[in-house]
Amino acid sequence: MFKLLKEMKKREAIMSVICALLVLVQIYFELALPDYMRTLTELIKSAENSMNEVWVIGFKMIGCTLASAATSIACGYLAARVGAGFSYSVREKLFGHVLSLGQNEMSSLSVPSLINRTTNDITQIQMLVAMGLQIAVKSPIMAIWAILKILGKSWELSLLTAAFVVFICGSIVAIMFTVLPRFKRVQKLMDTLNRTARENLTGINVVHAFNAEEYQNKKFFGINKNLWKTQLFNQRMFSFFQPVMILGMNGLSLGIYCLGSVLLSQISAEDFSSKLSLFSDITVFTTYAMYVVMSFMMMVMIFMMFPQAQVSAGRINEVLKQKSSVVEGTVNEGKELGVVEFKNVSFAYPDSNENQLRDINFRVERGETIAFIGATGSGKTTLINLVARFFDATEGEVLVDGVNVKDYTFDALYDKLGYVSQKAIIFSGSVRENIAFGEASDEIRDDDIDLAIKLAQADEFVGKMSNGIDSHIAQSGKNLSGGQKQRLSIARALARNPEILIFDDSFSALDYRTDAALRAGLEKNLSGVTKLIVAQRIGTIRHANKIVVLDDGKIAGIGTHDELMKTCGVYREIATSQLTEEELR
Amino acid sequence: MNHHMKKGNMGENKFEKGDMNSAIKRLLLYLKNSKGVLFSGLLLAAMGAVMTIVGPNRIGEIADLMGEGITGKINLAEIFKLSGILAGIYIFGAVLTFLQHYILSGYTLNCSKRMREDLSKKINRVPQKYFSSTSYGDILSRITNDVSTLQQGLSNSLPGVVSSATQFIGCLIMMFITDFRLAICVLIVTIIGMGMIVLVIGRSQKYFIAQQKNIGNINGYIEEMYSGHMIVNISKAKNKIKDKFSALNQSVYDANWKSQFISGIMQPLMTAIGNISYVTVCVVGALLAINGNITFGVIVSFILYARLFSTPLSQIAQGITNMQTAFASANRIFDFLETEELSNEENKKSAPESVKGSVVFDHVSFSYPDAPDKIIIKDFSAAVKPGQKIAIVGPTGAGKTTLVNLLMRFFEVNSGSIMVDGVSLEEIKREDVHDMFAMVLQDTWLFEGTIRENLVYNMTDITDDEIRKVLKTCGIERFVSGLPHGLDTILSESTSVSAGQKQLLTIARAMLQKCPMLILDEATSSVDTRTEAVIQKAMDELTANRTSFVIAHRLSTIKNSDLILVMKDGDVIESGDHYALMEQGGFYSELYKSQFEKTA
Repeated sequence: MFKLLKEMKKREAIMSVICALLVLVQIYFELALPDYMRTLTELIKSAENSMNEVWVIGFKMIGCTLASAATSIACGYLAARVGAGFSYSVREKLFGHVLSLGQNEMSSLSVPSLINRTTNDITQIQMLVAMGLQIAVKSPIMAIWAILKILGKSWELSLLTAAFVVFICGSIVAIMFTVLPRFKRVQKLMDTLNRTARENLTGINVVHAFNAEEYQNKKFFGINKNLWKTQLFNQRMFSFFQPVMILGMNGLSLGIYCLGSVLLSQISAEDFSSKLSLFSDITVFTTYAMYVVMSFMMMVMIFMMFPQAQVSAGRINEVLKQKSSVVEGTVNEGKELGVVEFKNVSFAYPDSNENQLRDINFRVERGETIAFIGATGSGKTTLINLVARFFDATEGEVLVDGVNVKDYTFDALYDKLGYVSQKAIIFSGSVRENIAFGEASDEIRDDDIDLAIKLAQADEFVGKMSNGIDSHIAQSGKNLSGGQKQRLSIARALARNPEILIFDDSFSALDYRTDAALRAGLEKNLSGVTKLIVAQRIGTIRHANKIVVLDDGKIAGIGTHDELMKTCGVYREIATSQLTEEELR
Repeated sequence: MNHHMKKGNMGENKFEKGDMNSAIKRLLLYLKNSKGVLFSGLLLAAMGAVMTIVGPNRIGEIADLMGEGITGKINLAEIFKLSGILAGIYIFGAVLTFLQHYILSGYTLNCSKRMREDLSKKINRVPQKYFSSTSYGDILSRITNDVSTLQQGLSNSLPGVVSSATQFIGCLIMMFITDFRLAICVLIVTIIGMGMIVLVIGRSQKYFIAQQKNIGNINGYIEEMYSGHMIVNISKAKNKIKDKFSALNQSVYDANWKSQFISGIMQPLMTAIGNISYVTVCVVGALLAINGNITFGVIVSFILYARLFSTPLSQIAQGITNMQTAFASANRIFDFLETEELSNEENKKSAPESVKGSVVFDHVSFSYPDAPDKIIIKDFSAAVKPGQKIAIVGPTGAGKTTLVNLLMRFFEVNSGSIMVDGVSLEEIKREDVHDMFAMVLQDTWLFEGTIRENLVYNMTDITDDEIRKVLKTCGIERFVSGLPHGLDTILSESTSVSAGQKQLLTIARAMLQKCPMLILDEATSSVDTRTEAVIQKAMDELTANRTSFVIAHRLSTIKNSDLILVMKDGDVIESGDHYALMEQGGFYSELYKSQFEKTA
């Protein structure tokens, strides 16, 4: 938590200091009030009828009240700005940091969790900072000040007050301690409940098809019952909260009066002045005692809130601490143009000791098309991920334009590459914003966009949209079909005019005709661009200059379609599973 | 938690009085058997409030007795007697408050449990068309957020409002009884103060709405950018995105501090009002006391009354805002619970004992209920003999998946009929229709749980041997046994299972189901063709003598079908087996040939 506080900007830091000072002023005015009241009480009680003095003190009291309200509003203003400003800086920093992480860290921290950390966890901390700033400064000072005011007056009454403080704070701590861990459990159960209902909803067709309605209900009921039990316990514990508080406060003022009368009765009847001063002390005491109790209650609350914010702060720091395992190099220029080469590359995911790829060697020249084919889980996606440096090779070298990808600056490497993912990623915004996403080596102009749309065979549906390339696209492209999303994400890669294009099974949602037209267009218009294609369909890749057949992480064969048909058994099997011998010729 | 829930409901704060009435009516109807508990809880809340009012008067009396003690002899016995009574009142009040909390929290939690159960059951009872107009997130938020909001509203805000109102009225009466002059003074100060608070609340609303909206925006943006992380990096979009993020973050900041600030004003304002009425009581009280009109005890009581009087007002204001949200939630819950359900089919026929599997589409036409003008299937007729493998091909939007929906009776035909073994599907119970078909869909559906749980699902009497056999047929036996815990490995978001493997798992689940007929809708699109060929062989064995329907983009998947139906714009434009269609030289052969087109 304190580590995170360092992220606070100078302006906010100054504001919080001012805020703390204002709190002091505010307490001064607020605590002056009971003093005036004491004087007022004495004035009223004493025989001297001086209405003027009553008026003067009344005005002073109102003055103090207004001053206290004004300073406290000013404090609130500063605290609000500090809290919001602090969460602004942390959010900014965290978001920027997450963007700089590698694929590896992204998957180990998991996207949903990262989203939660950037949103909810920061809100948690902001709440503590905004509240804490006022209460954490105010309540201890208030408590000490109030204690000082009543300390000299009567040790008996002070003792009584102390006893009540211990009693009330003790009950709060006891209740919170039993309830807090269960709060976390409620949160988790609520997540599970949500997930179970979501499961049922997303699989509603399967649920109906299997007549599994009862099964789903039972599952939901079980979790719901657990949730109910935990919540019931919590709420019942909390039933003690309010009555105990009120009883404590009322009991204290009652106790002070009782004890006070006993003390009063012990003073001899003749000592009128000390009786009067004791009497006014008692009335003032009740007020200050309330301040003491309330301050302690607030302090306890803050202490209770602190661990929760601490958890959030820990989760944020965990991300900020995380360094990307993919380190940027310094080279800006390649030695060749449009060349991709793998030299004895092996790769294992960091958390597994089994190699996903073993001893991969190949080279592809400028303008050539190289295709990767193989069974589900054979390592095709992993292989091309190494070119884009989503991961780094465990052994061997991946070279782009004759330079190891690890040696390039990120910008230099990414300028060369255009990448289309397996699952189309679409952002909300216009068609144009989706295609001219980010920056390329040259500025992405409108004619680049138009050409990219045409080449991606997307002009047919983009043209039909009401505002052309300025038409709106919903979050994750919900208003587009699977094939349309894929074509847009292809257009995005093309618009950057890269040297090397990478397609990770990006044609699977296209029908044969669109697929063929798209590839023909690429061949004709982008003959100087090197293409790396992962595919399932033989039709998609059979005309590639080179086909790499992957089997269980190893290369089972490299060559053209015709060569592989003769030499590579695995390839022949794949091919004949799709097309007849006759068609393959 | 509370914070979270408010977020979910902010958008619906526009609330009509009529809605509130209807919410109350619906709620009372829902709670009809147990209303008594709710009302007794509220009664306890009111009684507890009465106890807090009685107190100050007695404290005043004690102060008076003490005051007498200054000049004369102090009456300790009387003071103790009064204190005893007062202590009794306080304890009684505390017990009442405790009981109220205890009863109401238990009661409302039971209600919310029941409500959630009903909502969950309801999901499986509404017709499919409901989901095309309502998003999943919306339904989920009713189950979690709305129920919680309502529960909290009923257990906190409602008794809070009741007890505050009681306290307010009671205080007012007691003050006027004690001394009307002071009462009027306190009343005037409080009314002026309340006016200011109402003014602040009225202005704050738009900042709160802005805050929720901005937070929603930035969360959406974060979600998109984190999910598209690799694209962001490789497109060198980091700077552009950071700029846009900063702009969003800035507006969050603005709305954030403004709403925080305004809600922060409330507290000092309340304190100021309390203090001013305190001063008023003192000054006016002093005036009156000096003139001998009232005793000092009256002033002490009044100081306490002034406090008790101004707090409930802000509680009522806040409570009513919360109640509005709670009732808005109630309406959302009941809207879903009262949605039209699937028709009752108890009187319908059961499926024939042994299904032979002849399927006839007789002039079927269909359009989705939310777009009745857009005819998806028009006048579709086809006859399928028992045991045939039927393939349905055609461009996207041709109505292939719709046919499956009709076969499973997820939707009902507009006209015409679909008959299995000569019996119209509409005459058979829905569950029995589902039992006739095993189905694998385009979107793989797996849930968080072990692989075994995902495969067995709700089926009974499935042995591990059977599971292993099916896994082998699907070619994923090695994959599963390679996992750390084999069949007991838990599938979750962090388990790395490829899209193809997921499809294979769902196929395995359908294979375990042993239904007389089979539907595969793009079931193998992410599976490599070799594995697919293996599955297909197994499927063919499995479906020998079983009627099966296959939809696929990949034509190699369906080449060996007995009958291929080529669909376009809701109609069958060609039909026949592969060779016949190729010879015909129509749409199908064109589609088929396009995979060999030379591109270079």
